[in-house]
Amino acid sequence: MLLAALFGLFIGSIPGLTATMATALLIPFTFYMDPVPAIACIVTTVAMAIFAGDIPGALLRIPGTPASAAYCDEAYALTRKGQTELALGTSLVCAAIGGVMGSLVLSLTAPVLAEFAIQFSSYEYFWLACLGLSCAVIISTGSTLKGFVSLLLGLFIATIGIDITAGHPRFTFGSVEMMAGISFIPAMIGMFAISEVIRFVVSTAPAETVVQQPIKKVFSGIGIVLSKYKLNVVRGGAIGAVVGILPGAGADIAAWISFAVSKRFSKDRDKFGTGHVEGLVDAGTANNAGLSGAWVPALVFGIPGDSITAIAIGVLYMKGMNPGPTVFLSQPELIHSVFVVFFLANLALIPLGFIAIRFSRQVLRVPRNVLIPIILMFCIVGSFAINNTVFGVSVMLVMGVLAYLMEENGFPVAPTILGLVLGTMLEDNFMSSMIKADGDLMGFFSRPIAATLGILVIALWAVPILRFLYGAIANRHL
Amino acid sequence: MRFNDALTGGVLVIFAIAEITYTRTFPSLFGQSYGPDLFPRIIGYGLLATGTLLIARGVLQKIRAGAQGRWVALGPWVGQSHHEINLLLVLFALIAYIFLSDWVGFMPMSMLILSVLLYRLGSSISVSLLIAAVTTAVLHVMFAKLLLVPLPTGLLTGLVY
Repeated sequence: MLLAALFGLFIGSIPGLTATMATALLIPFTFYMDPVPAIACIVTTVAMAIFAGDIPGALLRIPGTPASAAYCDEAYALTRKGQTELALGTSLVCAAIGGVMGSLVLSLTAPVLAEFAIQFSSYEYFWLACLGLSCAVIISTGSTLKGFVSLLLGLFIATIGIDITAGHPRFTFGSVEMMAGISFIPAMIGMFAISEVIRFVVSTAPAETVVQQPIKKVFSGIGIVLSKYKLNVVRGGAIGAVVGILPGAGADIAAWISFAVSKRFSKDRDKFGTGHVEGLVDAGTANNAGLSGAWVPALVFGIPGDSITAIAIGVLYMKGMNPGPTVFLSQPELIHSVFVVFFLANLALIPLGFIAIRFSRQVLRVPRNVLIPIILMFCIVGSFAINNTVFGVSVMLVMGVLAYLMEENGFPVAPTILGLVLGTMLEDNFMSSMIKADGDLMGFFSRPIAATLGILVIALWAVPILRFLYGAIANRHL
Repeated sequence: MRFNDALTGGVLVIFAIAEITYTRTFPSLFGQSYGPDLFPRIIGYGLLATGTLLIARGVLQKIRAGAQGRWVALGPWVGQSHHEINLLLVLFALIAYIFLSDWVGFMPMSMLILSVLLYRLGSSISVSLLIAAVTTAVLHVMFAKLLLVPLPTGLLTGLVY
C-alpha cells in the first residue's frame, strides 16, 4: 500500500498525469493481487494523487490533476505571498478529512442501498445504466451533443465481439483477437496515457519553471484555519460525497461545485483570488470526499461513479467479485474489508502527504521530456500484460490516437470510457427486457422502481433538449 | 488538428450508414424477433442523428465565421519538422513494437525505443542510454520476473536459454 501511495503521489504531482491515468497504469499490477489488496492499492493511489495534484498547483500554477484545477489559482496566490505551507498543509488535512467523511458515507449508505437493490430486475438495471450514462453525458465538459456522440462511440466499441443473445461474432472481421471484444484496460491506458503522450510530443509550449522556496513547517497555523472554517469543511465534504455518488460525476466536478458554493456563501467574498484559504478548505475536502462517494454506486450497483471507479469495476469483475447487491449477500466480508481499507487509506494521507510536501520540490524537478518516453514504455508493457498479446498494444495505439483527435475537437473522452464499461451491461439488460416483454415498450415501466427510474431518465434527457429549444426561441426573439 | 464539426459529422454519418448496412448480415434466431443486430442498429441510428446535427452545426459555424472559417485548423506544430518527426517517431515506435517485438524481443525493442525518444526529446546521448537501460531493467524485473508476464525474448533467446 505504501508503494501505491508513493506511486499516486508521483503521478498526481506531475502536471498532466491524472489520477485516472495512475489507476490505469496500476491495473496490470493489481491483476495479480487478490481483490481487497487490489482495491487498497487503487484507493490509496487515487487519494494520494488527488491531493498531490495540489502541489504543482500551488508551486507552479499548474494543477497536477483536474480536480485541483478549481483552486490552483488561489493556491498559487498564497505561494506568491510566501504562505506555501499554509496552502499545502490545509489541502492535506482537508483532503484527509474529506476522505474520511466520504468513507463514512460509503460504509453507512452502501448496505442500506444494497438491500433496496436486491429487488432490481433487468428493467431497473437498464434504466439505472441509462441514468448513469445520461448523467455522464450531461455533466461532461463540452457540448452535450458531442458528449452523446462520445457515448455512442463507446457503446459501439462495446458491441465488438460475441453477441449476448445469439452468440454471433459482431464486427470482428474474422479476427480471433477481436472476438473477445475490445479489452477495456488497454483502451483506457490508450485513451488517457497515450493521448497525453501525443499531446506532449506535439506541444509547442515552453517548459514551466518552479518557484524556488524552501518548505518549512507544514502544520503550523492549520488549527486556526480549521476551527474558523468548520462549516466549510462539513459543507465541502457533503457536496463532495453527494456529487461523487452521482454516476459520471467525480472528484473534479465536486471540487468545482464546492469552490463555487464556497465563494457564493463566503463572508470574505472579495478576498477570493488574492490568496484566500477558504476556497481551498471547501474544495480540498470535496474532491477527496467525491472519491469515496463514487464508490457507492460502483459497489452497490456496479455503475461507476467516475472514470476511476469505472476502471475499478473492471478489475473487480476480473477477480470474480461482481459488484452489485449480490456481493453484499455472498461475500460481505469483502465489502467490510473494503470499507476498512478506505478509512486506513485516507488516514494514511496525513503522514504520507506530509512527506510528499517536503519532497515536492524534488519531484517536480524530473523533467517531463524524460518522463514521457518512460511512461510510453510502461503503457506498452502494461497493455501487453493484460492478455499477454500484442493486440492489447494495438488497441492502446488506436484508442490513443482516437482520444487525441476527439479531445482536440471538443469531444469529451469520459463518456466513451463509461460507454465501453457499461455497454455490455446496458445491452444485456435491454435485450433481456425486450425479450421478456416481447417487444412491448410499456414493459419497461411495468414495475414501480423501473417506472420511477424511467421517468427520471426521460426527464433528464428532456432538460438539454428543452434548453436548446428555449435558447433557439430566445435567439429568434432578439 | 481541429476539424470543422461538419467534417466530423460527415464521417460519423458515413460510419453509421456503413454500420447499419453491415448489421443486416447478422442472423436472427427463430422465434426471436430481437437478435444481435438490434443494439448496434440503435447505436447506428443515434450516430446518424447526431452526425447530421453536427453537420448542420458545422456548416452554420462556417457561414457565421465568414472569411475566417476553416474546414481544418491545423495545430501550431504542423510545419515544424521537429514536432512532426517526434509525433511520427512515437507512432512508429508503437507500430514497430507491435510487429517486431516477437522477433526482436522485449529488451532490445525497449532499449531502442526509449533511447531514441529520450534523445529526440532533449536529453543527451549518454543520459538517454543510461535512463533507457535502467528503465528497461526495472520493467523487466517488475513484469517478467515478479509478475511472470511472458515478455518475448526474441533475439536474446540464444543468450537466455
